[in-house]
Amino acid sequence: MSTETSESATSPPTQPPSAPSRRTFIATTSVAGGVIAAGGLTAGSSLLGADEAAAADTAPSSRVSLTVNGWRHTVTVDNRTSLLDLLREHFGLTGSKKGCNAGACGACTVMVDGHRVNSCLTLAVRLEGAEVTTVEGLAEGDQLHPLQQAFIDQDAFQCGYCTPGQIVSGVGCIQEGHTGSAEEIREWMSGNICRCGCYVKIVRAVEQATGRK
Amino acid sequence: MYPFSFTKASDTQDALNAGRRGGRYIAGGTTLVDLMRETVERPEALVDISALPLREVTVTERGGLRIGALVTMAETAAHPKVRTTFPVISEALELSASAQLRNMATLGGNIMQRTRCTYFRDVTAACNKREPGSGCAAREGFNRSHAILGTSDACVATHPSDVAVAFAALEARVHLLGPDGQRQVPFADFLLRPGNTPQHEQALNQGELITAVEIPALPRPLKSGYLKVRDRQSYEFALTSAAVALHIRGGVIREAKVAAGGVGTVPWKLPAVEEALIGERPSDRLWAEAAAHAGDGARPLQHNRFKVELLKRTVERQLRIVGGTK
Repeated sequence: MSTETSESATSPPTQPPSAPSRRTFIATTSVAGGVIAAGGLTAGSSLLGADEAAAADTAPSSRVSLTVNGWRHTVTVDNRTSLLDLLREHFGLTGSKKGCNAGACGACTVMVDGHRVNSCLTLAVRLEGAEVTTVEGLAEGDQLHPLQQAFIDQDAFQCGYCTPGQIVSGVGCIQEGHTGSAEEIREWMSGNICRCGCYVKIVRAVEQATGRK
Repeated sequence: MYPFSFTKASDTQDALNAGRRGGRYIAGGTTLVDLMRETVERPEALVDISALPLREVTVTERGGLRIGALVTMAETAAHPKVRTTFPVISEALELSASAQLRNMATLGGNIMQRTRCTYFRDVTAACNKREPGSGCAAREGFNRSHAILGTSDACVATHPSDVAVAFAALEARVHLLGPDGQRQVPFADFLLRPGNTPQHEQALNQGELITAVEIPALPRPLKSGYLKVRDRQSYEFALTSAAVALHIRGGVIREAKVAAGGVGTVPWKLPAVEEALIGERPSDRLWAEAAAHAGDGARPLQHNRFKVELLKRTVERQLRIVGGTK
């Protein structure tokens, strides 16, 4: 295995200590020929129709190199793989959540080349050379990102499922400068749905991290 | 999602070659990937066009704007020239989708996006647009959000884009590049009404690529803006919307550009409203009289009759917002 491919998702040295062992195990078992082979796992085999499942074994794949939270990865993936599935199922970065898988809820929000995007609608094979930042990449060591701390201080969640997407989206919102008022924050955070209805506290958390509160 | 081959076009010629072989262009991908996952779209070959040099916003010689097909919705909305010369475009974009989607989606893709009709997206439902000849589940179904203008027996789905409504109002031109060279298509001719062939949505030939949308110059000063009415305040498609641009000089309306969204199978230009405005002096009465024409020809369905009146009020309000009151 080359140095490059050893930096792919399955190698312990590049993994955050919290990477779930079950996913790492599954990903490791799919390593073939020095690269990660994407199969039914990526496509979510249990959810596929018969035609799609039959095609999964022979589905076209592509090789892509990208940087995630500062770590460079080179992987070969089924062309259908979303960035979200690449992060969660191949790299063990399960912070980004799969809510709707249709670009409607924002739970999968990550930064690509400095812009917040829906990783569920981003095909991984299109990300050659891209810089990706997930919620796992926001803290500096043990020092939480100010917005992460603000979510704790403001108690800005109940179940927490949308929180990683809210936080990454909030970081983007602050960077873009759309935090002039609570109304502006609400408008520019509207791509992130919170089923528990914590919107008031989410807005306060963004305000806190902006330095407005 | 069905398997597909993937190539990234290195330049325009490369893209056209792949397109001629049947490849499907992908730019932001926010509509296409979503519909591929629903198996509504089943392309066998995707051609990534993101490396093509179509990312410029330029002022044309006469003072219009040319927006490259790959400029994102976010970039277009924030562009100083767009904001100052045609605020209706920026407003329509910023009232669309979410910040994340606007960072991904491009202008070319935006006008190519497909309807949000739930029956179109549901592969188990009858839909002539998705499967020609299968019928239209929306006609007798839950059609509250559907079109009241430009419909046919085959299809009553709305076009979902907001900025396309601004483009229709401003009489934009779509720049195309194909195997046979370049051509321009007036926006009114680019998006097709369903008729008996709702599966054909754009006046595009095989392998043709959108390179830009051009907004022609209009006399100055020009006031313009976009109003969107929807079931929730943000991140929702329009029930009704109105794009308005007015050139008022010497107290008289000299140019009026008006179109509506959320009501038509394509963005709906309102020439009768425009004609009622030109040569007149702005007044609340004028706005109401002109907007009364907005529902001309409407054919509402069982659940969307409210749209006829809502459309008139939306247009009237936006005429007042842009044109002021006397």
